[in-house]
Amino acid sequence: MISPINPRARQDRFGRKINRDHSRILALSIPWLTVLIGSLVPLLPIITPVPVVPPLAFITMLAWRLVRPGLLPLWAGVPFGLVDDLFSGQPFGSGILLFSLALIAIEALEMRFPWRSFFQDWLTASVLITAYLLCCWLFSGAIPGHVQLTVIVPQILLSLVLFPVIARMVSVFDRFRLMRVRRVG
Amino acid sequence: MAPPTFRRSGLNKKARFSVFTGYVAAAIGAMAGAILLALSLWRPQAFADLRSQALDIVSPVGEAGAEARTGTRGFFDVVSGYYRAGSKNAELRREIEIARVRLAEAKALEQENRRLRAVLTIRDSDNKPVAVARLIGATSSSSRRFAYLGAGDKQGVTPEMPVVAPKGLVGRILETGTNSSRVLLLSDSESMVPVRRAKDDLVAFAEGRADGSLRLRLINLGINPIRPGDIFVTSGAGGLFRPGIAVAVADEITKDGAIAHVLSNPAATDYVTVEPIWRPEAVNAASVPVEQELGGE
Repeated sequence: MISPINPRARQDRFGRKINRDHSRILALSIPWLTVLIGSLVPLLPIITPVPVVPPLAFITMLAWRLVRPGLLPLWAGVPFGLVDDLFSGQPFGSGILLFSLALIAIEALEMRFPWRSFFQDWLTASVLITAYLLCCWLFSGAIPGHVQLTVIVPQILLSLVLFPVIARMVSVFDRFRLMRVRRVG
Repeated sequence: MAPPTFRRSGLNKKARFSVFTGYVAAAIGAMAGAILLALSLWRPQAFADLRSQALDIVSPVGEAGAEARTGTRGFFDVVSGYYRAGSKNAELRREIEIARVRLAEAKALEQENRRLRAVLTIRDSDNKPVAVARLIGATSSSSRRFAYLGAGDKQGVTPEMPVVAPKGLVGRILETGTNSSRVLLLSDSESMVPVRRAKDDLVAFAEGRADGSLRLRLINLGINPIRPGDIFVTSGAGGLFRPGIAVAVADEITKDGAIAHVLSNPAATDYVTVEPIWRPEAVNAASVPVEQELGGE
């Protein structure tokens, strides 16, 4: 008697291998969708008197870029920044500029350090997030005062602590992105 | 993780060209962003249409969220209500007795007020609210403080109209879309409201500080008469806000005024009303240059 084969034998973490393939739409749309949803955070049912919520779209974009180099094109900062500007309350154009500059900075850094560990990535993201929030404070359209500067310090700290969590979430999304869902033949 | 090898183009001319195009596109994008930023710092309302159209598209999501927000708050209030219910009950009963007396007094005053107005033949200004809507969200990561409101042009909302919650002033309309609008909250650093102390005529300006509090600056400098706990209401100066809307309570006394906290917490408000501009003619007059005569063409 032949024993039935283990049902998981022809599977890996991305699903069944026989008769299935990756979906091109899923693989390419998930990174874009997650960053754009991050831009809609101002419509969450939280109204805070103080800006404490981290810039989720920016952090998600950094996480995708650092986890999967080459997946987002170099110019991806333009559309991401544009959508973020529509809802973030910053003057129009600040997101386009800062998101683009962040991606260019990572590209330049990657040429210098092609192999990195997660802690180096975290350090990169920390520097970029801090610079981003300081630039946002500078270009907010109001006269930058010291009160606003003290207000964004907790926001910066929260964002830095949140980066590993978001990087984790991005890697979960990445696994979902590469699920074999398309039926072949 | 190592970067993918396809960007090491080597001798492949086509690959080299596509890498180069990527850099050019990103640099042009960043430059366009810088130009747009300069433009919108120079003219803040330049991209208002784009923003309000985008907000119109996503405002149904915000409406659902707003419902959830007020729902959960209600739930926590119910739970916390059980805590020390007995002593609270007694305290509330005592308070309600006092409040009843005060209400009767207020009614008498209202009647007297009406009679005096009739004697002076002052017409009651028609302060019917323009719209009643929900705050559907607020900028939570920018240091500017804006909120999004679920009513727009279609409901008759126009820029500069005051937004009032039951507990006091929230802000004023900045930009309107078809079914949604952006509100400049009191705590934004560009917001300034003329106020006076509720019990007398001490006038001041309330400026936002971006951290949820207001800075009160007295107009008449000298000995600072403000005490912690003083309530400030709108004075009606400038013609935008009708007088007597509650604004803030003084917390901390400074050299030229006080630091105050806003009475209407936007997070706790369910519905807000949009009121018409109190004296539109005064607001228009303020925008006419000094050299020009009022009412002239």
